[in-house]
Amino acid sequence: MAMSKPRIKFPDAIKVGDVIDVKTVITHMMETGNRRDADGLTIPRDIINSFVAKFDGVEVFRATFGSGISANPYLSFPLRVTGPGQLECTWTDDEGKSLTETATLTPA
Amino acid sequence: MDVKLPDQSGRKPSDDPSRRAVISATAGLVGVTFGLGHRPARAADDPGLAYSAQYLEALAKLTGDRAPTATRLKLDLPELAENGNMVPFTVSLVSPMTPEDNVRWLAILSTGNPQALIAKFAFSPASGRANVSGRLRLARTQDVMALAELSDGTLVSGLANVKVTVGGCGAG
Repeated sequence: MAMSKPRIKFPDAIKVGDVIDVKTVITHMMETGNRRDADGLTIPRDIINSFVAKFDGVEVFRATFGSGISANPYLSFPLRVTGPGQLECTWTDDEGKSLTETATLTPA
Repeated sequence: MDVKLPDQSGRKPSDDPSRRAVISATAGLVGVTFGLGHRPARAADDPGLAYSAQYLEALAKLTGDRAPTATRLKLDLPELAENGNMVPFTVSLVSPMTPEDNVRWLAILSTGNPQALIAKFAFSPASGRANVSGRLRLARTQDVMALAELSDGTLVSGLANVKVTVGGCGAG
């Protein structure tokens, strides 16, 4: 199942030293592997199993997901603002496909 | 309709006979088969639904021989979730998040889902704080456990019970 529409959100007015909550969401059905189709066959698991956030190339947060995470996973994580830079978030699913979205932090 | 009314109260239907009578009457009026004998008993009378072997195994793997203490960690979950497919959670820890004193990892475990480990998070000194929010799936009414390892190797934990009206995970 393809991933689509990754989004990253954080407060507009930020300054160096702030600790902000970065909110992310992506569209993915997060198939658990517990469901069966109309013929009674198990639908194979297909979830986003990993999320990594990097700031200017340095990893700042990582999440590993199991099948207990809801479809279209929303995740909010903290980040200390050290200066302007690129925040890069990467989601990877069971098929090994990944999607990366970047956002620019421009603290006042 | 038949499952919603009693479960939303979070009380035993038997606590309040008049209420029960009213509900039954209402159900009768609209011609619905009313499952009083089934769901409310499950949600309200049996909070100690057994912890899965899966969960105990996952917990043992994370804790080793260490016993977690219930300090510093706060696990926020709704007491009642109508939809087990999408239950909002927030976990926060009091931590300065300095290189000397920080949170190594934080895990969320389900005691009643087919798969126990819901998610595991790794912070960094760049995190500034240790808190995380998201949405999880619960197959049935159960306890949810948050467990974190601090930089000195100690474990902290928090437990919350969630009553689930309609289970998620496709199995409940």
